[in-house]
Amino acid sequence: MSSAFNYHRAASVDDALAVLGQHDDAALLAGGHSLIPSLKLRLAAPGTLVDIGHLEELNYIRQQGSGVAIGAATTHHDVATSTVVAGQAPLLAQAAAVIGDPQVRNMGTIGGSLAHADPAADYPAAVLASGAHIVVRGPDGERVIEAGSFFVDLFLTSLQPGEIITEVRIPAQPPGAGACYAKFPHPASRFAVVGCAAVVAANAGVCTDVRVAFTGVANAAFRDAGVEGALAGQPLNGASIDAAAAAAAQGAEVLSDAFAGADYRRHLATVFAGRALRSAARL
Amino acid sequence: MANYIGQSVKRVEDRRFVTGKGRYTDDIKLPGMTWAAIVRSPHAHASIDGIDTSAALAADGVVAAYVGQDLADAGVGGLPCGWQVDFKNGDTMKEPPHPVLAVGKVRHVGDPVAIVIAETREQAQDAAELVEVDYGVLPAAVDMLAATGEGAPLVHDDVPRNVPFDWGLGDADAVAAALDSAAHVTTLEITNQRLVPNAIEPRCAIGDYDGARDHYTLYTSSQNPHVIRLLLTAFVLGLPEHKVRVVSPDVGGGFGSKIFHYAEEVLAIWCSRQIGRPVKWTAQRSESFVSDAQGRDHLTKAELGLDADGTFTGLRVTTHANLGAYLSTFSTCVPTYLYGTLLQGLYTTPAIYVDVTAVFTNTVPVDALRGAGRPEATYLLERLVDTAAHELGIDPGELRRRNFIPPFDGSDAQPGYQTQVALQYDSGNYGGVLEKALQMVGYDDFRKEQAAARAEGRYLGIGFSTYIEACGIAPSAVVGSLGARAGLFESAVVRVQPTGKVSVFVGSHSHGQGHETTFSQVVADQLGIPMEDVDIIHGDTDQVPFGMGTYGSRSLAVGGSAIMRSLDKVKEKGAKIAAHLLEASEDDLEYAGGQWTVRGTDQSVGFGDVALTAYVPHNYPEGLEPGLDFTSFYDPANFTFPFGAHLCIVEVCADTGKVTLQRFVAVDDVGNVINPQIVEGQVHGGVCHGIGQALLEGAIYDGDGQLVNGSYMDYAMPRADDLPSFELGRTVTPCPHNPLGAKGAGEAGTIGATPAVVNAAVDALWHLGVRDLPMPLTPQNVWQAIQQAGS
Repeated sequence: MSSAFNYHRAASVDDALAVLGQHDDAALLAGGHSLIPSLKLRLAAPGTLVDIGHLEELNYIRQQGSGVAIGAATTHHDVATSTVVAGQAPLLAQAAAVIGDPQVRNMGTIGGSLAHADPAADYPAAVLASGAHIVVRGPDGERVIEAGSFFVDLFLTSLQPGEIITEVRIPAQPPGAGACYAKFPHPASRFAVVGCAAVVAANAGVCTDVRVAFTGVANAAFRDAGVEGALAGQPLNGASIDAAAAAAAQGAEVLSDAFAGADYRRHLATVFAGRALRSAARL
Repeated sequence: MANYIGQSVKRVEDRRFVTGKGRYTDDIKLPGMTWAAIVRSPHAHASIDGIDTSAALAADGVVAAYVGQDLADAGVGGLPCGWQVDFKNGDTMKEPPHPVLAVGKVRHVGDPVAIVIAETREQAQDAAELVEVDYGVLPAAVDMLAATGEGAPLVHDDVPRNVPFDWGLGDADAVAAALDSAAHVTTLEITNQRLVPNAIEPRCAIGDYDGARDHYTLYTSSQNPHVIRLLLTAFVLGLPEHKVRVVSPDVGGGFGSKIFHYAEEVLAIWCSRQIGRPVKWTAQRSESFVSDAQGRDHLTKAELGLDADGTFTGLRVTTHANLGAYLSTFSTCVPTYLYGTLLQGLYTTPAIYVDVTAVFTNTVPVDALRGAGRPEATYLLERLVDTAAHELGIDPGELRRRNFIPPFDGSDAQPGYQTQVALQYDSGNYGGVLEKALQMVGYDDFRKEQAAARAEGRYLGIGFSTYIEACGIAPSAVVGSLGARAGLFESAVVRVQPTGKVSVFVGSHSHGQGHETTFSQVVADQLGIPMEDVDIIHGDTDQVPFGMGTYGSRSLAVGGSAIMRSLDKVKEKGAKIAAHLLEASEDDLEYAGGQWTVRGTDQSVGFGDVALTAYVPHNYPEGLEPGLDFTSFYDPANFTFPFGAHLCIVEVCADTGKVTLQRFVAVDDVGNVINPQIVEGQVHGGVCHGIGQALLEGAIYDGDGQLVNGSYMDYAMPRADDLPSFELGRTVTPCPHNPLGAKGAGEAGTIGATPAVVNAAVDALWHLGVRDLPMPLTPQNVWQAIQQAGS
């Protein structure tokens, strides 16, 4: 069970920012599906929990131009089942649909997941491959961070102390593009041992745009330039995809644990890159 | 009144369970109750150079704190081992102390070091973190083979090579000769990995000392409250047994892990006596991972000799069994008498020898877990048989047919089968279950499907497992001669109330088995009364005369037989009263449908009238005592021997190594069945458990003795979406030596399932050169085996 803490139910994002500013040892609570287990195991012992999970100003899915804006406190279930997301940002919907189990998806939030930056979480690969932007507010106002510079290391992002994720913006996919998130779940945690998000666009059978991102493979989710470079501009077929997939995770420092050692995990990255690319390319 | 036996009556206990109205130990809140938190060792092996509880004692809400020396000073004994297994050379088993709280040294991560008691659970936990323990970390013995080597760290200083006993059974010379002259010898090196029991209800204990009566009550989530009382009073605390009550209310699963007597039970009672208030402890899940006795953990070399036509000629098994850091209650009999005696399997192998070396390591103690020795025996035997079939190019079903013990019913004409390893099987038709399973699975069609899939690069496989197990432990004199320090009978009281309602007090304990339903069916059926008129009471030493508890699939075969004995006595006395009321001779009466009737007439008297007469004996047989209330103790004549055939079909993904179950066919023969639905439920749960071992589960200790996967984020349990819909069949070969003809069903699924799954995966990959796969069949393990086979 957790140590004692103070609980503050924020009235607004501004209120939450103010409380965060007053307490060095405060932690934000949204869906709680990463934080509460850490508290119970006494791996974390914040003095104050600032609850923002109920804030309606953070709970929305909106069409924004040709893309989608998702409030940070939107649950995985809502993202997975939104017709707007399915239409404009299918990669996010696919990733959200395979997070944890129904209970997790009904409680966990997109902002919470991204801020926690678990190396095996599903969303990071999807936001990277989607070219998303992450909107944050802090003591110095609002700023927008490109997904590509958001994930820094194990459980570490470019969020600064006192900042709160408020929104995730996903641009429209390239015209005619396909997308796929392919995941190999851990049988216990259901986190990704390897998760690969791919977006592929083609013109006249030639790959015009490809974005591939991995989660579970390294300390932080990453775009895989090796795979992308091997496929961009190539005729889009099984052989070219297999060749590109074989380059997966070559530059990465691959994670290793009892369930999946580095060699096996790197192999899985090639398998799931192939599966995600084939599906995204509609082969 | 219906014939209840054989009917799938809905479980009477489910209403309270599915509506959240079960009453578990943790639901009990006593006035003035305090909470305990246990300080546990973070090290696998360390000296305790000092403990300072002063900061904890000064913390908010703290009532008391105790360390091992406090208990030692008070004369508290260690936790006892219930079965003595001496060395092969006759030397006495090494039985080092198992202190309730460690003194001087800790021997596994999770070893209890101190207890802190506070007003609230949170205060106790906070204060426990303030206990300062000065550890001197020592090298740990973790790998069990290395632990037996020269110079390995000693878990207990007075146990050389970390071997508390070794053990052998069978004819070693005959086996050596058989293997030397065999046309073919199949050899496997097998790791039966360690499992964590993972009952859904964590262990919990409440000690309540009543100073006014000088009386103790222990509430504990246990499978056998009477045994806990006996061990607690006679061996550990030296309390008068009649002043101690042990209650085990609803228990949320045990799988064996709640058979044993644990430190926290002693602590709850002893601390309650010290502070004069009730003391409660409930395990956190992370504590369960390092304090519930774990299961399996064998390393084995197994050799099966066959002659030219595939007849088994000899079996040699050499096993190292990891017992962890201490001898848990029944840890010693599991890798010996519950293991070696099952190596005959269903086969006529004429020469068998098993050699076991027990090993201490700096890991959580190992003891019985669902099946307890029998899954380990069955796994190696069935892996050997399928491997031999592949090696010799004989169909695995056909190889079994050539070696099955022929059918026998246990009658004088077809007596029990005497094995080479001490047991006498009661009755069996082993070919029958296999043929039925093959028919259900559509074996010939599957082999065609397998070939077609292989041509497409898809790898399907089918695995066989034909198993036998020994249940209903056991004739007390037999186990006593083998070192058991307890009898293994069961008791039951059938108390007919004046209104004809029946209360039945049983020494068996239900923690998922559905006894309240099954036993009620037996009683209602035999007495010809409605089930609603029967209540089953268990789990309370003040209500039940005695009991050995529930494990080893013994409750129906042994506890049910005790009920039958008492029912016979009720009917016998009832007939005397009925004869008196009917002014007839007892010999002329027949009992059916809750009525005693004078044969050939319409004169009858009902069960309720007889019951009332027994308690209002105005018009009553001369010399007969009033009342209708009988206690029986049943000591079985033999074990019971359920058996079955499990067939599993898997597909292996060559890209990832992932094994997917496609079908699972289980044909089990558990003797006569009281409630088919409950038996199916037991088989479902058992098969699921066995599949869990095959595919997912396994405790991983690192070189320092840390449990690497001690949470549900890492330790994988089977879930519904990992499993196909099971296809179940049954044959019925009654047990010839107990009144219900029942054999037991609680462990059959677990014992049979594991080798079927692994055999299926090996079958899928044999053509690639894969000869063996290590459990659990994680994708990585399978993928690596494919890579190695191909290289």
